[in-house]
Amino acid sequence: MSAIVLFMAGIAAIAGWWLSQQRLAAKPWLEEGAAGDFPGGSSMSLPAAKIGLGVFLAVVGSLFALFISAYSMRMQLIDWRSLPVPALLWFNTGVLIVSSGALQWAQFAAHRDDSEDVLTGLLAGGVSAVVFLIGQLLVWQQLNTAGYFLAANPANAFFYLITAVHGLHLLGGLVALGRTIVKAWRGAEILRLRLSVELCTMYWHFLLLVWLILLALLTGWADDFAIFCRQLLT
Amino acid sequence: MVDVPSDVFAGIPPAEVGEVDLYHPRSWWTRYVFSQDAKVIAVQYAITAMAIGMVALVLSWLMRLQLGFPGTFSFIDPSQYLQFITMHGMIMVVYLLTALFLGGFGNYLIPLMVGARDMVFPYANMLSYWIYLLAVLVLASTFFVPGGPTGAGWTLYPPQAILSGSPGQEAGIVMMLVSLILFIIGFTMGGLNYVVTVLQGRTRGMTLMRLPLTVWGIFTATVMALLAFPALFVASVMMLFDRLLGTSFFMPMLVEMGQQTKYGGGSPLLFQHLFWFFGHPEVYIVALPAFGIVSDLISTHARKNIFGYRMMVWAIVGIGAMSFVVWAHHMYVSGMNPQFGFFFATTTLIIAIPTAIKVYNWILTLWRGNIHLTIPMLFALAFIITFVNGGLTGLFLGNVVVDVPLSDTMFVVAHFHMVMGVAPIMVVFGAIYHWYPKVTGRMLNETLGRFHFWVTFLGAYAIFFPMHYLGLLGVPRRYHDIGQTAFVPASAHDLNAFMSIAALVVGFAQLVFVFNMIWSLFKGKEAGGNPWNATTLEWQTPQTPPAHGNWGRELPVVYRWAYDYSVPGAARDFIPQNEPPARSAPQGIHP
Repeated sequence: MSAIVLFMAGIAAIAGWWLSQQRLAAKPWLEEGAAGDFPGGSSMSLPAAKIGLGVFLAVVGSLFALFISAYSMRMQLIDWRSLPVPALLWFNTGVLIVSSGALQWAQFAAHRDDSEDVLTGLLAGGVSAVVFLIGQLLVWQQLNTAGYFLAANPANAFFYLITAVHGLHLLGGLVALGRTIVKAWRGAEILRLRLSVELCTMYWHFLLLVWLILLALLTGWADDFAIFCRQLLT
Repeated sequence: MVDVPSDVFAGIPPAEVGEVDLYHPRSWWTRYVFSQDAKVIAVQYAITAMAIGMVALVLSWLMRLQLGFPGTFSFIDPSQYLQFITMHGMIMVVYLLTALFLGGFGNYLIPLMVGARDMVFPYANMLSYWIYLLAVLVLASTFFVPGGPTGAGWTLYPPQAILSGSPGQEAGIVMMLVSLILFIIGFTMGGLNYVVTVLQGRTRGMTLMRLPLTVWGIFTATVMALLAFPALFVASVMMLFDRLLGTSFFMPMLVEMGQQTKYGGGSPLLFQHLFWFFGHPEVYIVALPAFGIVSDLISTHARKNIFGYRMMVWAIVGIGAMSFVVWAHHMYVSGMNPQFGFFFATTTLIIAIPTAIKVYNWILTLWRGNIHLTIPMLFALAFIITFVNGGLTGLFLGNVVVDVPLSDTMFVVAHFHMVMGVAPIMVVFGAIYHWYPKVTGRMLNETLGRFHFWVTFLGAYAIFFPMHYLGLLGVPRRYHDIGQTAFVPASAHDLNAFMSIAALVVGFAQLVFVFNMIWSLFKGKEAGGNPWNATTLEWQTPQTPPAHGNWGRELPVVYRWAYDYSVPGAARDFIPQNEPPARSAPQGIHP
C-alpha cells in the first residue's frame, strides 16, 4: 500500500500548504466586521470548473495509485509471470505525447486569440487520442493472439484492467474535447473557449503523466522502485 | 448581472452573483423531479436514504427475532440470516448514513450556510442523485433475483464472497458490486460539488474561519470520501473480474465441493487492505458531519458560543488526515505482519486525542450555558454520551492483544453500533428536528418527538449495552444460532430475548417518527423564518422554505462568525452572521 500512502502524503502536503494560507489561527470571535478588514480566507478566484477539475484529478490520481498499490502487492506472490512488452506500446506512447502536445499548442493559440489554430490543435489532439485508443486495442489483440489471456496470469489481468481504466478515462476526456471542438467550430467567443481548452489540456497532460507512470510499472522499469517502497514499509 | 446599488461599507459591496447565471426550471418535472436545485436534490437524497434505511431496519428486526428466539421462526434459515446481516450493514453504512449526511444534509446546508445561490455544478449534482437512486434500486432488486442478495457480510471478504458456500453467490454478489460502483460514481459527482462550492462559492465575508462547524465537518468528510471511495471502487472492480472473468486477483488456489477451482495464487489479504483503506475513513466520513452538526446544535440550543472553535476546526482536519493511516486496525486477526499491528495500534490511539478534544469542547460549551432541552438538544446530548461510550470500547479494540480474543464476538458488534450506528443516527434525528422547520416551514410535533427521543435513546442502550457483556462471555457474532455451548450460560439467552424485544420497540418508535414527519408537513405549527433564534445564514433567508436561488436580489454579506450567542451588551441573545457591526452600521441594509 506504499504507493497510495505516498500519494496521500502528497495530497496532505498540498492541502496543508493551502490551509496554511487560510489564517486558520485567526480568532473569528474577535474579528467582527466586513471581510476586507481581515486579509485572507475569502473564496477562491479561480473559475469553479478549474477547481472542480483539480479536485477530480486528485480522485483519479487516488484511483490509479490504488491500482498501483494492488499491482505491487500482487506481483510479490509466486505465480506472477511478467508479460512481454509489445513494441506497439512505444508507438502508442509517442502518439499520446503528440496528442498532449497538440492540445498545449491549442492552448497557446487560445491565449493568442487565434481561433483557427485552436481548432487545428484541438482536432489534432482528438485524432491522435483516438489513434492511441485504437493502438491500445491492437496491443490487446496482439497479446491475446500470443496466448496472454486475461485470466491466465495476474500480470495479464492487471495489464488489461489498468490499460482499460486508463483508456476509459481518455474516452471520457474525448467527450469533453468533442464538445469543445464543436464549440470552436461554431465560432464561440475566444474567452469562453479558452477555459474549455485549458481544462482539456490539463486533463490530457494528467492522463499522459499517469500513462507514463503506468508504462514504467507495466514494463517492469518501476520494479526497483516498488521493491524500495516495500522495504521502506517493512 | 444584477445591479448592486447599496454599499455596506465603502469599497465592500455585497457579492454579486447574477440570477441570470442560475438555472431556472421551466416545468413541474424539472422543478420537482429532474431538479437541479440543491434543496430539492437534498430532499430526494434524504427520502431515498430513509426509505432504503427502513428496509435495513426491518432486516435488523428479523435478525433480532432469530437471535432472541432461535428455532421459533422457521422462515429464517442460516443463509437468510447471513443475507440479512450483509444487507443491513451495507445499507446502513453506505446507502443510508453516507448518502444522508453528504447527499442530504450536504446538499441542503452547504449552499445556504455559505451564502451561495446553489451548488456550483447543478447538472452534475442532479446526475449524482439519479445515479445514487439507480444504485439503491440495483441493491434492492437483489432481494428478488435467484439466490437472493449476497450473504458475504458487509465487508464482502473473498474468497468466501464468491464461492458457492455463500448465499447470493450467483447474482447477489455481482449486483452488490455493481451497485457499489454506481454509488461511488454518483457520489463523486456530488462530492465535487460540495467541495468546490465550499472553496469557491462562499459569499463575501464568509472566510473559512467564519464557516459553521457543520460545513467544516461535511467539507472535510467529502474530501475524505472522494479520496477513500476509489479504494472500494478498485476492490469492487477487481472482485467483479474474479467472479465474472475468472481472474485471480484475490482468489487463492482452493478446493470447492471436492473440486479444484479455476482460481490460484490470489491474495485475500490484498482485498482486506483495499477494503479497509476505504472502510476506516468511512467511519469518519459518517462521524465528521455528525461532529460538525452536533457542535451547531449544542451551541444554538445552549445559547452559547462554541468553546474552542479553532481547536474544533483543527481537530476536524487532523482527524480527517489521521484516518487514512489507521485502516489495518481492522485486520489484526487477518494474518498480516504483526509489526504492522503495533504501528496501527499506535496511530489508532493517537487519533483518540483530537476526538477527545472535541468531546471536551462540547461539554465546555454546555457548561454554564443556557441549556434549552429542546428535542435537537436532547439528541445532541444523547450523541455525546453514546459517542463517548463507543469510543471507550474502541480503546479496547484498538489494542492488538485485547482485540484478538474479542475480535469475532458480539463485543465488536456492540462497539461499532454504539460509535458509528447509534451515535450518528442520534445526530441525524437531532438535525432533522432542527432543520425540518427550514425545509418545510412547519415544526415537527413536540409530543411525538419527545416520545421518539426517549424510546430511541433508552431503547438503543437496552439493545447494545448488554451486547458488550455477551461479547465478553465469548458469544460469537454472525452466528445464526449459537445452540448449546459450555461457555454461554442460559441467562445469555434471556438477555438476547430482552434485547430483541427492545429492538422491536425501538423500530416501532421510528415508525412514529416517520408518521410525525408526514403529519407535521400538513398539520405542524407554522415555524416562521428562524424558530430557534439561530445565527447561521440558512435561518436568515427572505423566504421559508427558501425559494429557488436561496436569497433575494442580493447575496448576504457576512460580518461575524457563526456563534455570536449571548453576546454581552447585545439587544438579543443572538446576532445573525449577516448583521453589520453596531459601530458603523448604515440604516436599512440587511434584516
